[in-house]
Amino acid sequence: MSASSSSAHTVSPDPRSDSVAPPADIDASCRVPVMVLLACAAVWLVVASVFGLIASLKFHAPNLLADCPWLTYGRVQPAQMNALIYGFAAQAGLGIALWMIARLGRTLLVQPGYIVVGALLWNVGVKLGVFGILLGDTTGCEWLEMPGYASPILFAAYAIIGIPALLTFHHRREPTLYVSQWFLLAALFWFPWIYSTANLLLVFFPVRGVLQAVVDWWYVNNLSQIWLGFIGLAAIFYFLPKLTARPLYSNYLAILAFWTLALFGGWGGIHSGAPVPAWMPSLSTVFTVLTAIPLIAITINLDRTFTGAMAKLKESLPLKFVVFGAVAYVLAGALAIVSAFPQFSQITHFTLFTPARTQLFLYGFFAMTMAGAIYHVVPLLIQNEWPSARLVRAHFALATLGLVFYVGSLSVGGILQGLALNHPEVPFAGALNRALVCFRVGTLGDLLMTAGNVCLALNLAWLLARCCRACCVPAMMAAVKPQVAEAAR
Amino acid sequence: MNHSPLIFLGVFFALALSWFGLVFEPQLQLGNAQPTTNLVNLGQLYPQMPPGQARQGLDVYRSLGCAACHSQQIGQTGRTYDVALTDAGTNRSAVVDTLLKVKPDATAIEAQRLLEKPPATILKDVTRAAADAAVAKFEPTGAKVEVRVIPTGPDIARGWGKRRSVAEDFLFDQPVMLGSQRIGPDLADVGSRLPVANWHLLHLYNPQIVVSKSVMPPYRFLFEKRKIGREPSPDALKLAGKFAPESGCEIVPTDEARQLVAYLLGLRADTVIFETPMTVATANVSTNAPAATNAPAAPPTNSVAK
Repeated sequence: MSASSSSAHTVSPDPRSDSVAPPADIDASCRVPVMVLLACAAVWLVVASVFGLIASLKFHAPNLLADCPWLTYGRVQPAQMNALIYGFAAQAGLGIALWMIARLGRTLLVQPGYIVVGALLWNVGVKLGVFGILLGDTTGCEWLEMPGYASPILFAAYAIIGIPALLTFHHRREPTLYVSQWFLLAALFWFPWIYSTANLLLVFFPVRGVLQAVVDWWYVNNLSQIWLGFIGLAAIFYFLPKLTARPLYSNYLAILAFWTLALFGGWGGIHSGAPVPAWMPSLSTVFTVLTAIPLIAITINLDRTFTGAMAKLKESLPLKFVVFGAVAYVLAGALAIVSAFPQFSQITHFTLFTPARTQLFLYGFFAMTMAGAIYHVVPLLIQNEWPSARLVRAHFALATLGLVFYVGSLSVGGILQGLALNHPEVPFAGALNRALVCFRVGTLGDLLMTAGNVCLALNLAWLLARCCRACCVPAMMAAVKPQVAEAAR
Repeated sequence: MNHSPLIFLGVFFALALSWFGLVFEPQLQLGNAQPTTNLVNLGQLYPQMPPGQARQGLDVYRSLGCAACHSQQIGQTGRTYDVALTDAGTNRSAVVDTLLKVKPDATAIEAQRLLEKPPATILKDVTRAAADAAVAKFEPTGAKVEVRVIPTGPDIARGWGKRRSVAEDFLFDQPVMLGSQRIGPDLADVGSRLPVANWHLLHLYNPQIVVSKSVMPPYRFLFEKRKIGREPSPDALKLAGKFAPESGCEIVPTDEARQLVAYLLGLRADTVIFETPMTVATANVSTNAPAATNAPAAPPTNSVAK
């Protein structure tokens, strides 16, 4: 790590000089920190899939692993969500964000050494948090289950990564801002705000009664819509024009989407039947419906940018992932708006429709976009092609199929379950059984997505191992040889 | 490009609006909420701090992640009104006449019978306006008539609760676990729906003992299997058939199991408060039996859950 930062400094001329850094130098400065973040993200993605699979299997056989308190459903399920969000999504997002900030600013990444330390610390925090959940130390707040001894570590690690990111942005050589930079800057700034607010008000100095639920809903919605949403959108707005070699259709539409999303995006998430004063769910519904404006702006913009580039889809594997992510974003956004209406949420709230929507957003939009970005960025970073294009293709096919199975079956199951739950004459077990039949199909989706994620991790491990052998072994030999010679003398 | 500080301020303002709206403002409104004496009939403070064992039980509930499958919020879609005659008074013929006017499809004999043993429900499932109109018609006859407020909705019809959950119900919960899934039934009012500790212990040990098709996992690790000493423990679960442990052994709940059950029994959302008007049924209708639609298979050891 120290070697990398020193090597970065040797390529860096004077950080204050106004010359634009060449892309190869930028990639070299990002190499170690971004690769650490992306590799850890890939590992967490597999871990999360395995937890997800265990949780899913429990619906087939409630007795499965029942005597192990660590792996009871109520612990495995939040462990899966936390591994996915904080282990995979946050790290992949940060890694790609750092690279985009450096590339778009045409400047070298500042302080890569600190970022590596931050990334390692972040992993310590996530590990501690996930173990804490499995041990039963969960906070009981959705998406914030990590206990109080893990969250300060995550916060500190985020600061160590975030400050160099902001400094890189500040040192940019390209004065004109592209829309991706707006999204990234807002996301980078917003995470510490929501994370500290939620932790302080829910874990360390808990507020009274249902206020906790309100703060938690606000946090979950902001984490998904603003933090993950903005980073994912930044990546889509960056990679879609880049990989299709077409300019963005309209910068103004993108800016409009940015501001409206920043204004309206953070309000959703409180369902109409919640035991809180009625103005809160009403406000939440109104603002969620207003997110139709950015959603339409984004859809038009991306669609116009992409039309005519269909042929590119066959050439570029990363593009396939990014386009898939964009489609999933629009679909998830539309479903979120529909679900905000009380008439609809009366049926779908409390059913499997909700996890289907979450999965469409987290996996369909965010993880797929990030996978596309990873497939594009990693070869640039380590100047080596992916060892197996077949594994990339397999990842895409498995993930797409798995997602369709999972989201399709769970939404249908959720609506059936909701309709039955709204008819009191249908016994509860009957209502649940309709959903469970569909849920079991969803397990197949889980299995396929897990296999896809393993493809990504395997390919990455293979690539890293090959690079390691190619560059580390001669370096080590060179380091060892004089000593051996000396010893021989 | 020196607009960066301005842009940053704009972004900050846009994002922070939701913080003001959904974190700060609710805190101003509810942050200092105290138990109220808004009770309609008893004059007690509500809610009451739950006893220690139930509070420890909440920790077990949190730790095991029960909220991943169980919500604790009863929904209510509306209200309906019944009109009940509580005292027929002395002018019986006038009451019968009015009754026939209010309820045109009733015969005179039926009307007479209604007068015999008050309280009797005259009108069911009517609007507030219709109920008030009926009360006004009875006023000159000297009979005492009352309007009963009945919350409605699928959750309530299912027997999960008597009224919607409101903010007050969660004042002492730490953390508040409203839940977002109904893979299992709602538990907001489970303490009044299933008030027997033994039922819950059996259900935790193996849900299929009491609910044959349950998909809830067994929580056997909350129980201790041990050799029967000089005499069987009075706390041991009474298990029969395929659920019984091998002979010479008994299953005894651990402290955690007891705490969890104490917590579940304490989950009651049936107090009348101003936010959720309802008329509590009196005397002759006060059984705690759950609605038939939600009834789990009856355990051999108790008959409450019929």
